[in-house]
Amino acid sequence: MMAKYQCPDCGYIYDEHYGCEREGYNAGTLWSELPEDFPCPDCFVRDKPDFEKISEG
Amino acid sequence: MTQQGITHNTASLQEASAKDKRWSKLKKYWYLVTLIVPAITIGSVLMAVQTGYGQWLWALAVVFWVVIPIVDFVFDEDPYNPTDEEQAQLLENSSYYKNILYAATVLQWVGLFAMTYAAVLGDFSWFNIVGAFLSVGAMHAVGLTMSHELGHKLNDKTQVIFAQVCSAVSGYAHFNIEHNKGHHKDVATPDDPASSRMGENIYKFAIRELPGAAKRGWTLEAERLKRQGRSVFSLHNELIQTSLITVAGYGAMVLLFGVEALPFLLLTAAYGWFQLTMANYIEHYGLMRQVGENGRFERCQPKHSWNTNFKASNLLTLHLQRHSDHHAHPTRPYQLLRDYADAPSLPQGYPAMMGMSLIPNAWRRIMDHRVVEWAEGDMTRVNMDPAHKDELFAKYHRAAEVAVDTSDSEGKAAAA
Repeated sequence: MMAKYQCPDCGYIYDEHYGCEREGYNAGTLWSELPEDFPCPDCFVRDKPDFEKISEG
Repeated sequence: MTQQGITHNTASLQEASAKDKRWSKLKKYWYLVTLIVPAITIGSVLMAVQTGYGQWLWALAVVFWVVIPIVDFVFDEDPYNPTDEEQAQLLENSSYYKNILYAATVLQWVGLFAMTYAAVLGDFSWFNIVGAFLSVGAMHAVGLTMSHELGHKLNDKTQVIFAQVCSAVSGYAHFNIEHNKGHHKDVATPDDPASSRMGENIYKFAIRELPGAAKRGWTLEAERLKRQGRSVFSLHNELIQTSLITVAGYGAMVLLFGVEALPFLLLTAAYGWFQLTMANYIEHYGLMRQVGENGRFERCQPKHSWNTNFKASNLLTLHLQRHSDHHAHPTRPYQLLRDYADAPSLPQGYPAMMGMSLIPNAWRRIMDHRVVEWAEGDMTRVNMDPAHKDELFAKYHRAAEVAVDTSDSEGKAAAA
């Protein structure tokens, strides 16, 4: 079970299980391993600190 | 929790009247104007070839620069913002709105083929070739607006692919990447090559924006590919993918119509880029986000974009003129974008303002005082061209307060 985080603007969900391959973050990449300036890969107007945790790891 | 900002901000939106509701229903069909733009290009070529009157090649340029501003003037602003209920409905029917853009993308390519044929193989005067050039430029402007809309929907592969095919019509391969990841992040800051500064004229801005945006797009794509462990010179590079579509399309036209097609294609593409430059120029002129205590720029807010809400140009630009809502929620589909009553506002629609930007003195006469009013006379809050900073600061900073102080002291002196 891996954690999920959601962008508060556009609703994009970062699921650690899937990562974000199109932006170069492999499946299994933990939230803590993402850089601090990681932007939402859909809207790009919210950054990592803005995301909300919606599911525990 | 909000999805694309749909469920909040209703308090600031106007209640829909019966008349507005009728307009909202009709508006669904008016969006077909996006298809009409390349259709006019194709139709004008057919008419020119059939009748021998090359003046037809001017048609779209005249529609863009003359007809739309007049229709804006006559039919005025679009007061309608969809209610929450209607927004849900508009989202449900989103395939209709997407299909318009897919079909228009195909027609844009057909339009470019048709006009290139007319310019190269038609027996038309240089004057009418200029008309063809300006018409293709106007078509590219609308094409890049469509590509902009499609390119923001990164969670939908079909829209992303069509965005690339659409950007390829005018050979603007880096647009979607640089716009989403660069412009939206840095908008209304001195760091953004695509946000114009007060005092900077359109030509100076173009020299900063065109190479600056291309460089930023390439850098951002290189960073993404590096994270993926791929070479920047691979077919996974989206700039290269889009450029290859352009090369294939332009190459086909050179084969079909001869090598004379190439200068026409390259010049019209460059003019199309300049049309986008004009849009960027007017969208954030002088507006600046402030640096917070954490040393970062404040989040982009509705007050950081210039809006205009005229009916005809709203349809032509897929609501791009409701720019504050677009920057607040970049993934919101065009049919949902709302007007913010208290956002900075331009006096005319985007096409008219773009035309105005070509005359720097006129532009500054219209816009500079608006920027000063926006900043409430505090010029430290304005994004200014460094070359004009001292002059603008001396002229406008706290000018109203200084005037009051002066008249006060004059009054006191007179009383004494």
